[in-house]
Amino acid sequence: MTERCNNACLHCYINLPKDDPTAIARELSTDRWKNILQQAADLGALTVRFTGGEPLLRDDFSELYLFARRLGLRVMLFTNARLITPELADLFVQIPPLKKIEISVYGMRPESYDAVAARPGAFAEFKRGIELLDDRKIAYVIKTALLPQNSDDLEALEEWVARNPWMNGDPALSCYFDLRARRDSIAKNELIRSLRISPEKSLVLLARREAVYRKEMAGFCAKFCQPSGDLLFNCGAGKSGCVDAYGKYQMCLMLRHPQTVFDLAKGSLREALTEFFPRLRELKATNPDYLQRCAQCFLYGLCEQCPAKSWAEHGTLDTPVDYFCQIAHAQARFLGLLKSDEMAWEVKDWGQRIDSLAKS
Amino acid sequence: MVPSITLNSICAPSQDVVAREIEGEVIIIPLTAGIGDMEDELFTLNETGKQIWQRLDGIADLKQIATELATEYDAPVEEIERDTVGLIQELAQRKIITVQ
Repeated sequence: MTERCNNACLHCYINLPKDDPTAIARELSTDRWKNILQQAADLGALTVRFTGGEPLLRDDFSELYLFARRLGLRVMLFTNARLITPELADLFVQIPPLKKIEISVYGMRPESYDAVAARPGAFAEFKRGIELLDDRKIAYVIKTALLPQNSDDLEALEEWVARNPWMNGDPALSCYFDLRARRDSIAKNELIRSLRISPEKSLVLLARREAVYRKEMAGFCAKFCQPSGDLLFNCGAGKSGCVDAYGKYQMCLMLRHPQTVFDLAKGSLREALTEFFPRLRELKATNPDYLQRCAQCFLYGLCEQCPAKSWAEHGTLDTPVDYFCQIAHAQARFLGLLKSDEMAWEVKDWGQRIDSLAKS
Repeated sequence: MVPSITLNSICAPSQDVVAREIEGEVIIIPLTAGIGDMEDELFTLNETGKQIWQRLDGIADLKQIATELATEYDAPVEEIERDTVGLIQELAQRKIITVQ
């Protein structure tokens, strides 16, 4: 709904200043949004996601929320909770979103939260927002980003999550941080890179409950690990998609390559979904490095490599992202899928190795 | 208190739900809080349910609706009446319809 945010999180790929006049001037009008929501409902959409930036910064948030709900859409709201007011919380009670609100949490203490969000006083506003939801028993779940500034808070966060009646298991934990998909700031991308967790530390985090991790990953790998081939889009990109703040329809939340976005000022959601995106989904990789590595790598599923990540990191759709490659290889070695000197795309007996993991 | 449903009942869709037809199915989506327990699962009507739902206009009673359907589908009227009352009872229980 907007690329603006009232936080200025260090690791974030989409947080223009909340009063950014250029962004405000470019954002879709209320009527344009209503038209797009109507198109989505007419196409049979059941759920719509309102995200940003911080979607509650839009003055017309409540109007668009009500419009979507009256169309019979369920609303999935991604927010940092700082701008939740008693009136808005009452609205969620009266007209429930029918999906749990997803709240991003950046720390469990003012010092850590405000350091990540780079906004003094942000923690206090976040806490007030949470209290408004708790007081009214509005369902929400918690997501977090783990940075050096808040890594000491993980235990407290998990204790809080354990008391949350709407959550089942650990909070979604982000620590691999995406670069700015608009490719609009080299300096910010360098900062984001510096905040990414190392492959070694990510393993410590992932396997902090080792038995559970191994069991989950055995099932996961059996289901999702196999070479992906040269087809670029093996994911769900382009089957639903995401409209950005300015009316550009993307195949997914992250992919902003100009050749893959559809301008809704020039066509409809239906045209994008039935003509434009299906053509893109047939695209094949041509980069020899990708074809030698990613296309033949059985760690697809473990690895975050995808056209969107390639675009954000390298400005192409099919360049291997070394950071994600290292993370995936570190996990595979820990799980016994690879020896220390092996690269996954060289392994021929990957099926047997995955079977062995499943039986171990 | 759920009103008891008879063939003389006259019903209309509640203003507290949104009914959508998607790929031939009618799906009922709650709008306001307290509509049954549908927050996690939406209520879907089968073909017979859809035909009944589309006739709930706040004017015709259930006997008229069942008679019309029995004629249209060349089915025993008693069976259709039983199905109609059963469905409407469930919809009333879930507060998806209002009963006059």
